[in-house]
Amino acid sequence: MSTPDNNPADTPSKTPSKTPSNTPGNAPDAARTAVGTATGDTPWATGEEIIRFQDVTKRYGRQVVLDDLCFSVYAGKHVTLIGPSGSGKTTILRLLMTLIKADEGSIRVEGDYLTHEERNGKLVPAGERHIREVRKKIGMVFQQFNLFPNMTVMRNLTEAPVRVLGLSRDEAEQRARELLEMVDLTEMSAKYPSQLSGGQQQRVAIARALAMRPRILLLDEVTSALDPELVAGVLDLLRDIAHHTDITMLTVTHEMNFARDISDCVMMFDHGKILEAATPEKLFNDPEHTRTREFLNAVL
Amino acid sequence: MNWDWEVVEEFLPRFWDGVLVTCQALLGGTLIAFTLGLVWALAQRSNLVWVRWPVNAVTEFIRNTPLLVQLFFLFYVVPEWGPSMSPLATGVIGLGIHYSTYTAEVYRAGIDGVPRGQWEAATALNLSTAVTWRSVILPQAIRRVVPALGNYVVAMLKDSPMIAIIGALDMLGEARFFSAETFQYVEPITLVGIAFIVIAYPASLLIRALERRLATY
Repeated sequence: MSTPDNNPADTPSKTPSKTPSNTPGNAPDAARTAVGTATGDTPWATGEEIIRFQDVTKRYGRQVVLDDLCFSVYAGKHVTLIGPSGSGKTTILRLLMTLIKADEGSIRVEGDYLTHEERNGKLVPAGERHIREVRKKIGMVFQQFNLFPNMTVMRNLTEAPVRVLGLSRDEAEQRARELLEMVDLTEMSAKYPSQLSGGQQQRVAIARALAMRPRILLLDEVTSALDPELVAGVLDLLRDIAHHTDITMLTVTHEMNFARDISDCVMMFDHGKILEAATPEKLFNDPEHTRTREFLNAVL
Repeated sequence: MNWDWEVVEEFLPRFWDGVLVTCQALLGGTLIAFTLGLVWALAQRSNLVWVRWPVNAVTEFIRNTPLLVQLFFLFYVVPEWGPSMSPLATGVIGLGIHYSTYTAEVYRAGIDGVPRGQWEAATALNLSTAVTWRSVILPQAIRRVVPALGNYVVAMLKDSPMIAIIGALDMLGEARFFSAETFQYVEPITLVGIAFIVIAYPASLLIRALERRLATY
């Protein structure tokens, strides 16, 4: 296992305080990681570094899904991951959500190691408490919605805020009603997910993720399971969130127009590596790699 | 063959005693089988080998030995170094434990049937393991196994006469004793046969009602 950078000045802190690694002052150094594969300007690589992948490798059996990957995401920025299926995009989201574990390398969120913690100056696999603490900052929306079918929409939105954040039921319901208003499903709060259309379910799922007030929102092909006529509603909602909140978004999508609209940075993946990372203008209009051009021609 | 209503009348008081025992055995056994089975099923999914392995061994052992042997063991062997209980209590516990090893399998299937995405959503929402089980997994798992659990209630009812062997006289036990004393077999045995249907049918209706009640989504 490649040892993560163990510089004492770079150690994870319990509180998301400003360690040197995530201060703007240190950004040029950190940005270098991101810019290693980047082309053109890198306007997305400014501000607080909120996610950092360092030498991350993930294998399934002998297949290498992510190959020694390094990149950073900055607070409030919207990064879209594109590329052929099997190129490792979804794996990145699943690693961040701690649904799977990396084989090598380290992932940091606001400077804190995601699945490691430091004990006696050594990095060891983190305990459940540490993981849950870091995981609080991250929310995820799934391709298959994954709403809890045994709960009403309202309970889907309040269960975690009550049980995890410790809100009172009243507070949680108040917050849920605001979110339902935002996703335009106020009248559905007493319904069960099976009584909703796919698009409505996905909007509830987005509201459910937001109810936890994450700093980072992971969107895993959130419109791929939807009937074509329902896609627009979900994408409009996400555009709205992208433009009106300061939430950091990591999106895996095949909706290239959507990617163009919301992204600060688009990363093209191929065979577990970032082929290139650029602004949407640059990447969609003038990609560096022929592989990117081929891919875009095939999907656009 | 003659049907003698006087025999029926003579048998009735003991018949009711037997019905009471059968119903107690069924209710108590079901309660134990349903809860203990769930405990087994959860223990079998434990991360800890020293929990998983013994539980697997014990449930496998109980499932593959006859209920009769277990009843004898509980009634004659356990009191040697443990508590001694009334025949009925022993019978209820014996039935419950025996059937819990079957309901454990039913629960396991139900738990396995909950899509992986539910676990992932629970993780994404940072729910604790306990809350994930209680709020997300078990409600979905149990709902889909209620019909299968119901089958075991009926099976347990049909096995309940075995507890007569340790002296807890159920309907059939009472009938056999009555017949042995009076040499009247037709009426008591027929009556008991009908009584089994009369108990089993509402029991299955009850399970079906429960199934509907749980089918809120």
